[in-house]
Amino acid sequence: MSVNAALQGTSYPPAPAYAVGREKIREFALAVKATHPVHLDVEVARAAGHADLVAPPTFAVLIAQKAEAAYIQDPASGIDFSRVVHADERFTHHRPIVAGDEITATVTVDRARAAGTGGMVTTRTELVDAAGAPVTTVLSTLLVRGEE
Amino acid sequence: MAVTFTDLAVGQELASTTLRLNRADLVRYAGASGDLNPIHWNDRFATEVGLPGVIAHGMLTMGAAVQLVTEWIGDPTAILDYQTRFAAMVPVPDPAGSNPADAEGAELNILATVGKLDEAASTARVDLTVTLGEEKVLTKAQALVRVAAA
Repeated sequence: MSVNAALQGTSYPPAPAYAVGREKIREFALAVKATHPVHLDVEVARAAGHADLVAPPTFAVLIAQKAEAAYIQDPASGIDFSRVVHADERFTHHRPIVAGDEITATVTVDRARAAGTGGMVTTRTELVDAAGAPVTTVLSTLLVRGEE
Repeated sequence: MAVTFTDLAVGQELASTTLRLNRADLVRYAGASGDLNPIHWNDRFATEVGLPGVIAHGMLTMGAAVQLVTEWIGDPTAILDYQTRFAAMVPVPDPAGSNPADAEGAELNILATVGKLDEAASTARVDLTVTLGEEKVLTKAQALVRVAAA
């Protein structure tokens, strides 16, 4: 098996909308040791001009990875997940993610290169809100180690 | 007090901290993120796939390291863009006789410096150096931060 370069440029149908919850934001903030009160205290978040609790800067990975699974688990992708190493990650925020958001994520294979029995893939996941307005763009590159 | 451009120069050191990750931190991140890959919580499995033992999630290191930037600028929503490459793994020890819930764990040193200033765009690029011993575990770890005009 090796990465299927023919899928470069392919987009997958979006995963069902992700409902951003207060307790998930609090749980994730605790897990990444993010202590700013806009992640934890609704009154502080509102006083700062946000509709509700604000997600930490890397929270979008939860939503993106659910969408990326459509590609990574596609048998046609040629990706052996047991040989995957995370190479890089990038979040471009168009606006903060807040509790109450309903976010739809669409993944596109920006780059797929085969190398031996492995390869490298870059996905771009566009997160949009219920109104269709852009929220975050997530770029993720996975290295698929070839077999010796 | 808000940070403004007059406070900043390229190369300037902004803040530094020590981040400790123990096995309990990894389990907590696994649960919160839904990344249940056993290389992050099971030594037997991790060594069977050729790792030195349980390693931290790259996304945990990335997510926790940026807290230094949040503390410096005082507002997590000022971080407009944040990226990194994962350059080296972070093995998380489980010393005999320790309680994994409060063990010291792996100790990462994090330094934030000004990488670039763009006054027209009202942004500063903050570069994070994240090291375990002498080794850089993140490279090109860059946060683009909105900074108020002077």
